[in-house]
Amino acid sequence: MGAAIKVDNISKLYRLGMVGNRTIVEDINRLIARIRGKENPYLKVGETNQRNTKGNSDYVWALKDINFEVEEGQRFGIIGKNGAGKSTLLKILSRVAGPTTGSVKLKGRVASLLEVGTGFHPELTGRDNVFLNGAILGMTQEEIKGKFDSIVDFSGVERYVDTPVKRYSSGMYVRLAFAVAAHLEPEILIVDEVLAVGDAEFQKKCLGKMHDVSEKEGRTVLFVSHNLQAIRNLCQKTVILNNGELFANGNTEQVLREYNELSRDITIKADTEINNSINRRGKGRVRFTGINLTDEKGNRRYKFETGEKIRVSITFEIFKEIEGLTFIFAVLSGLSRECLTLFEYALSNKKMMPGQKGEAIIEIPHLKIKPGEYPLYFELTDLKYNSYAKDVIDDLTAPLEITEGKNKAYSDDNKPSGYFKMESNIIQNEIYDTNQLTKV
Amino acid sequence: MSKTSQDEWTLEIKPVSGWFHFHLKDVWRYRDLLMMFVRRDFVAVYKQTILGPFWFFLQPILTTITFTVVFGNIARISTDGIPPLLFYMSGIVSWGYFSDCLTRTSSTFITNANIFGKVYFPRLVSPLSNIISLLMKFGIQLFLFTCFLLYYWMNGSTNVHPNIYILLTPYLLILMAGLGLGFGIIVSSLTTKYRDFSFLVGFGVQLLMYATPVIYPLSALPEKYKWIVLANPMTAIIDTFRYAFLGAGTFNPGNLIYSSVFMIVTLSIGILMFNRVEKTFMDTV
Repeated sequence: MGAAIKVDNISKLYRLGMVGNRTIVEDINRLIARIRGKENPYLKVGETNQRNTKGNSDYVWALKDINFEVEEGQRFGIIGKNGAGKSTLLKILSRVAGPTTGSVKLKGRVASLLEVGTGFHPELTGRDNVFLNGAILGMTQEEIKGKFDSIVDFSGVERYVDTPVKRYSSGMYVRLAFAVAAHLEPEILIVDEVLAVGDAEFQKKCLGKMHDVSEKEGRTVLFVSHNLQAIRNLCQKTVILNNGELFANGNTEQVLREYNELSRDITIKADTEINNSINRRGKGRVRFTGINLTDEKGNRRYKFETGEKIRVSITFEIFKEIEGLTFIFAVLSGLSRECLTLFEYALSNKKMMPGQKGEAIIEIPHLKIKPGEYPLYFELTDLKYNSYAKDVIDDLTAPLEITEGKNKAYSDDNKPSGYFKMESNIIQNEIYDTNQLTKV
Repeated sequence: MSKTSQDEWTLEIKPVSGWFHFHLKDVWRYRDLLMMFVRRDFVAVYKQTILGPFWFFLQPILTTITFTVVFGNIARISTDGIPPLLFYMSGIVSWGYFSDCLTRTSSTFITNANIFGKVYFPRLVSPLSNIISLLMKFGIQLFLFTCFLLYYWMNGSTNVHPNIYILLTPYLLILMAGLGLGFGIIVSSLTTKYRDFSFLVGFGVQLLMYATPVIYPLSALPEKYKWIVLANPMTAIIDTFRYAFLGAGTFNPGNLIYSSVFMIVTLSIGILMFNRVEKTFMDTV
């Protein structure tokens, strides 16, 4: 089989900041350059897209010299951190935005599912919206009529099909929207992060459908997700985008290993990913200043064997007065992101003042989790879990990787899954007042 | 590295280049979507209103009454001997279609930014669906106007003479739709970068109405200013409409041809600009 998508040196330049009156001056400069037969003067000044460092130029390359090929019938994954350029790439592939330079060649009809429910009109019924959404995605009336029953069946919202979708729950909304898209039968299906909503059962159904679409019908699926487990289960080939550049390209297993290397480089500091409201959330009253997973000797590690001893050590700083301090650490399931086990410790019952810093270490003596990869969740909050006092770090560090240990007692597959408790103890909890230290 | 030969690719995405790269064939392929949009507009507009499509009637009636009182009874502007109610209503109904087309299509990119940002379909489908769904409103209002006309005619109003030129109505509609769409998409193309134009549309249309014989007949104009009003492509259309239904005013084929040419030029420029902008607007809007 040949290639279905060929991405050839794609780059995309974005202008940062306001589009305002300065653009008129730039438009004129551009026009003059074109009349004189010169290159667009603003193409030269682009910088790589590094979100957290301040650049000198107003222009950044959201994508720079991206090259890859997708075979027909392949399930192809795209991963990368927020702002790595994934969505921009998909926008170019689905013809929503044009590239600045380079070209993309496609074979067959492309349907994208950039965000589900696109074009759903809240006032219209589910039935009308199936037709409207189908038409937006490029189906004809006849096609939709023929598939209507199986669309409704797949979505599982049959009872509500004649109710305006504004009365739907967000899950029902997504189900219906995905059902329409799944019945599109394009040669190339582009799916972006749809699985963020919907329950575990429906997510499984979607992944299964995407698998079927490519396996049985020979269609090409392009899948973008932050959910590494889903990528691993679904995709044969994967690329990583990092700061707008292609970081790795190859077999999924191998690429995922490189991706974990990439996240391992993240050291959590007070300002890490602070404007990213997905993986880091918080109002800034208290902040993590460091998070490390170590073994009992204090070596930083993310790979452990079942039954090994793990230490979670954190440092933090208080920036605004809060009532007490609680630390929560959770191990999540890779696929559904449900909480598997949770550790909670009150680090202080007293009022915490700005300038206070602290350090805490929690030890889990026996790691009783099946081999696999588990995203981690860290939270600092006050005694009453007020949301204004929170600092949350959600799947921002590298995931915890657990391999089969010599001690096989803990990797029994017959154990019930779901939430469980694990033994842990706090072995260090210190809070020092930097204000007073300076006074003394 | 390429295992497939060049000609097998069905689509090539390239940076924006050239002005004359149309997707008119695509528009035809998406005709089902066009009809869905029309249906959506129609169904959605009056959902959760008590009076529903009745608003289509109410709006021109109230405006006509206002105009009759203000311009007819207070300002005493001539209506060429036609009953003021019919005179103003004929102007309001026909002008209304043009101005609705213009204002609706002029915000295409801004109101649809959300959906345009996610899925590809020929963007021209959106404004086209607008002018079609507005046609239905026009139809209802035209029906209302005809009712009034019949009432006056039956009651022996000697000044009203509907005539054979009524058959020109579809052509007049095409002219109005073309002009409204043309101006509308020009403005919408400009608004993606410079929002200033969207402010201009609102009162621009208002001002243009006063440069069109909507509230006064052409004959009431002093010779000195007549050329300004005649330069307005809408003048011939409104005037012909009124001549066909009421038998007053003038029918000048030359003026109508002028309007037709004007429409074709405006629409062509509009489509050119729209085509150009639809590929880049995501980055600026």
